[in-house]
Amino acid sequence: MKSKIQKFFVMLSAGITFAALLFLIAYILIKGIPNLKLSLFTWKYTSENVSMLPAIINTIYMTVLVLVIAVPLGIFSAIFMVEYAKKRNPLINVIRLTTETLSGIPSIVYGLFGMLFFVTALKWGLSLLAGAFTLSIMVLPSIMRTTEEALKAVPDSYREASFGLGAGKLRTVFCIVLPAAVPGILSGIILAIGRIVGETAALVYTAGTVAETADSIFDSGRTLAVHMYNLSSEGLHVNESYATAVVLLVLVAAINMLSGFVARCLDGGTK
Amino acid sequence: MNAIIESRNLKLWYGDHQVLKSISMEIPEHEITALIGPSGCGKSTFLKTLNRMNDLVGNVRITGEVNYNGKNIYSPEVDVTKLRREIGMVFQKPNPFPMSIYENVAYGPKTHGIRSKTELDGIVEESLKASALWEEVKDRLKTSALGLSGGQQQRLCIARAISVHPSVILMDESTASLDPVSTGKIEDLLMELKSQYTVIMVTHNMQQAVRISDRCAFFLMGELVESGSTEQLFAKPQDKRTEAYITGRFG
Ligand SMILES: Nc1ncnc2c1ncn2[C@@H]1O[C@H](COP(=O)(O)OP(=O)(O)O)[C@@H](O)[C@H]1O
Ligand SMILES: [Mg+2]
Repeated sequence: MKSKIQKFFVMLSAGITFAALLFLIAYILIKGIPNLKLSLFTWKYTSENVSMLPAIINTIYMTVLVLVIAVPLGIFSAIFMVEYAKKRNPLINVIRLTTETLSGIPSIVYGLFGMLFFVTALKWGLSLLAGAFTLSIMVLPSIMRTTEEALKAVPDSYREASFGLGAGKLRTVFCIVLPAAVPGILSGIILAIGRIVGETAALVYTAGTVAETADSIFDSGRTLAVHMYNLSSEGLHVNESYATAVVLLVLVAAINMLSGFVARCLDGGTK
Repeated sequence: MNAIIESRNLKLWYGDHQVLKSISMEIPEHEITALIGPSGCGKSTFLKTLNRMNDLVGNVRITGEVNYNGKNIYSPEVDVTKLRREIGMVFQKPNPFPMSIYENVAYGPKTHGIRSKTELDGIVEESLKASALWEEVKDRLKTSALGLSGGQQQRLCIARAISVHPSVILMDESTASLDPVSTGKIEDLLMELKSQYTVIMVTHNMQQAVRISDRCAFFLMGELVESGSTEQLFAKPQDKRTEAYITGRFG
């Protein structure tokens, strides 16, 4: 009897979760798909066509910029933490505490910091660059964390074998350990891309909300998620904002699927 | 007897725990020396002192000398990279890199600066032939090494060790995880290799020591109890403890 009740509640919770997700997706698709018009993808944004193409291009710029900043930094700090720092090095605990705290901070706080520091103090103005640095700080902990886990998962026997052949630390880390950790690192990066694409709060006050394609990294420009936020908060283009939501949803879903696919592919290649 | 490696009063501590108690031993060139003894007596530790793999473990203290070709490998001016190139190692569990068979063997020579494709091709073929694996893998050199069987993987690891042309190969129970057929293949291989290399192997398997080793050393609780020609050590052990061990009374 007791186990029946337990089972019932477990099934119920799972059902509610799944139903909520399904409802959300179906709702967005039903509202959005009929509103997908070619004019939403025109090259130039005007307040009549509310084109999202500039925002899509800005999103790509932003993603690339953030990855260029955060991925090398994240990977190198993870390598330092796992391969170089001595186990009892106090620095390790400081870094760990910092990254854990960073990953718990709401993104609006990053936005505020980015505005005060990059936009105002460094005088970068509202720009893709300021937004990218803000987002980099935001995704750095998770890239570091996943890379650390991936490096730790590489068996020590690989390291031993490499040292045993007379390879140095540098060669061992970069030619043996890092390649073996690539699937894990990659899935971390793709997760980060998902966050970048979906982020609004940290970007509104740093990269700004200009609806045109940015000419350079010192230009302001809104990403797709910010674009959607603006459309729906202005209240004049609700239908178009649903259409934008569809595109965003498909994008994020595709990125998540890609993450799983890449990890499987790379795993399959080595096993 | 021409000793290629000689340890003198070698003592080793992990923290406060002394694991090697003044080991003095000579290892002759182009012979197979077997290290035997019960688990935990320090065989692996001793083996690892011979190419300084213990450097990788924190909290180790070593006193005494290990002379390789008459030079102490623990003196400060020794280049550990070069030393490990000359004294290679094959581990207990096969540990090929997660790369292609070809890349596994080419990694060592590349590490030491060989870039030419034809030269690498030559080394890969020669090493795989020397480890009796060539015929089995020559048509799939580009496939992952992790797809090989355990015995094949271990022979690949031997090929990888040979690829940098060492003079000494250290083997730590390298057949312990293999089936009898694979073990037999590797034993045959070692008998052939000893004309070119000096082999020092740890083994748990008395029969294996008798079958293939020329010399044998018996370790017990961090001490070298007895060493000598395998024949003599098994036929007429000088020490009571050796006799007890080889007749299977403990271990
Ligand atoms: N990295 C290490 N740190 C501390 N103690 C160790 C370490 N490696 C081995 N030991 C200890 O040293 C002793 C000898 O170990 P080992 O050389 O592996 O023995 P064997 O190979 O003969 O079984 C054992 O008591 C073991 O617990
Ligand atoms: Mg051992």
